[in-house]
Amino acid sequence: MSIEIIKPGLASSIQDKGREGHYHLGIPPSGGMDQRSLIAANLLVGNPEGAAVIECALMGPELRFDTTRKVAACGAEMTPRVNGEAQPLNEVFEVPAGSTLGFDFVKAGARLYLAIEGGIDVPERLGSRSTYALGSLGGMQGRTLQAGDTLALFQAHGQAVSGRHLPPSLVPEFSRQYQLRVMPGLYAHRLRAESETRFYSEDWVVASEADRIGYRMKGGTPLSFIEREPPFGAGDDPSNIVDACYPIGSIQVPSGSEPIILHRDAVSGGGYAMIGTVISADMDTVGQIQPHQKVRFVQVTLEEALAARAHYQKVLKQLRQMP
Amino acid sequence: MSNEMAATTRYSQAGDEFLFVELNEEMTLEAFFLSISITQKLRDLALPGIIEICPANASYQVRYNPDVISASQLQNKLEALEQEVDSQQVRTLETRVIEVPVLYRDPWTHETLMRFRDHHQDPSATDLEYAARINGYDTVDSFIEAHSATPWFVSMVGFVAGLPFMYQMVPRERQIQVPKYLRPRTDTPKQTVGIGGCFSVIYSVRGAGGYQMFGVTPMPIYDPANEHPHIDSSMIYFRPGDIVKYRAVEREEYDALLAVAEKGQFKPKISPFTFDLDAFNQDPDGYARRVKEALYEH
Repeated sequence: MSIEIIKPGLASSIQDKGREGHYHLGIPPSGGMDQRSLIAANLLVGNPEGAAVIECALMGPELRFDTTRKVAACGAEMTPRVNGEAQPLNEVFEVPAGSTLGFDFVKAGARLYLAIEGGIDVPERLGSRSTYALGSLGGMQGRTLQAGDTLALFQAHGQAVSGRHLPPSLVPEFSRQYQLRVMPGLYAHRLRAESETRFYSEDWVVASEADRIGYRMKGGTPLSFIEREPPFGAGDDPSNIVDACYPIGSIQVPSGSEPIILHRDAVSGGGYAMIGTVISADMDTVGQIQPHQKVRFVQVTLEEALAARAHYQKVLKQLRQMP
Repeated sequence: MSNEMAATTRYSQAGDEFLFVELNEEMTLEAFFLSISITQKLRDLALPGIIEICPANASYQVRYNPDVISASQLQNKLEALEQEVDSQQVRTLETRVIEVPVLYRDPWTHETLMRFRDHHQDPSATDLEYAARINGYDTVDSFIEAHSATPWFVSMVGFVAGLPFMYQMVPRERQIQVPKYLRPRTDTPKQTVGIGGCFSVIYSVRGAGGYQMFGVTPMPIYDPANEHPHIDSSMIYFRPGDIVKYRAVEREEYDALLAVAEKGQFKPKISPFTFDLDAFNQDPDGYARRVKEALYEH
């Protein structure tokens, strides 16, 4: 009951909903960057919504199954193929024993979530099966998948039904340009007012350094900080602060030049000023943005962030109640 | 600069799940003491809806579930806790003193720093030579003595898993300070001991870094594979509030300690200790001696 990795893809890793309660020691939550798609894939095949799946970034892996399993692929649009034959996204299909599952190039979105009936059987580390590669923790030996890896599977539960699919209203839509809602704050008061205004009025482009730790943005006007005498312990650059915690979703601007949005494998702290935080409801979206795509940052209030959060939870509820 | 300048606590909502609290814009022992005391009290309260409690050098952050506790409810609670800590007559912290053996001028950080000389302020010197010079020490040996003679407070654990940030327990005018590399390196050996700004760190994993590199410790500090019995199930050795005393070792002792560590038998030298902020402030030098006594005469 296992699958063999023939080709690993670009950055495929085992993820679940992540781990909590260890960020104060530098261990970030990890877990699928697009939680909604991870949950959708698991629910389609009848798994618990937080079962371990394979997160496939931009270029999918090629897998050989030694046992017949039902699977579902949600998230980025990469057509799955069983022995070369195209299969639907967002719908349960069967991979017969001995056959190979691969994926076409990505058409839209950045990360696909492959749930396998029963789920992937790797040991829980600090309460989660998620991979945290920077800390060599969890998943497959603490790293992304490699050719030759064999992933054990839990017993199939027999509840997966081929053809079961997401209702069209719950299929995410991808784009080439995105709006990300941000609550300004943290060290935003250190920015010149005109610089902060411009940050929210320009297009930014996702750089090639966009991974599970963070998304670097370029193409906008560098940010400008108010002159000051450096506080003791902060460092001389105007963007330096006394090393502090970094919220997940926070946007830091080292030397003012290229903003970085931290994601679920975040470095937990450091000495760069953060100027705001992407709201929780938009973090899944960040994980689906490809390098070179455009982003606009939109200022919102806490009330707007909470309304967006409520809407996001409503979508999850609909997923949990789908027929 | 005076402490009044930035002594007002600043609360900032970071998205809908984080509350970020800056206690002081500057690094001070008082701000750190507040951070560790407030976060400890919050942990003890075990409030529903609190997900992560992260103390840092002069600030802290709380991750919460806004469906269970609102941002304003949480802030009210934190303000009350800060008042409670402020009004305490006795400012003490139950902690431990830990000896960290260091091979300064080791071949591995030397090889690495030579590879990244073009990222450095002074390509003609080593990191140690540069740090000694800009801090006014005549020789590298006297700089190493200054780095290893005084105790350091673990004021934050993070960046990557288990990496301790340490604040030197000496009056501010004697604190070692060095800038970070001009551009970060893409490589740092595991268990490198270094400094950036006023903070000494031990890199818990191999990887990118920007701090000046002075040496390596044979002591494992992060244990994702559960191979080192001196590290508990959290996988992380250091805790904010720990007090560290470096000890310079020669290559022979380093190799012996490393061999012990590789067998999963490393036993740190460690002693329980009650830190008293006011006693420290009254006599920092005398206090450093007390810390050493706790470690070596316990």
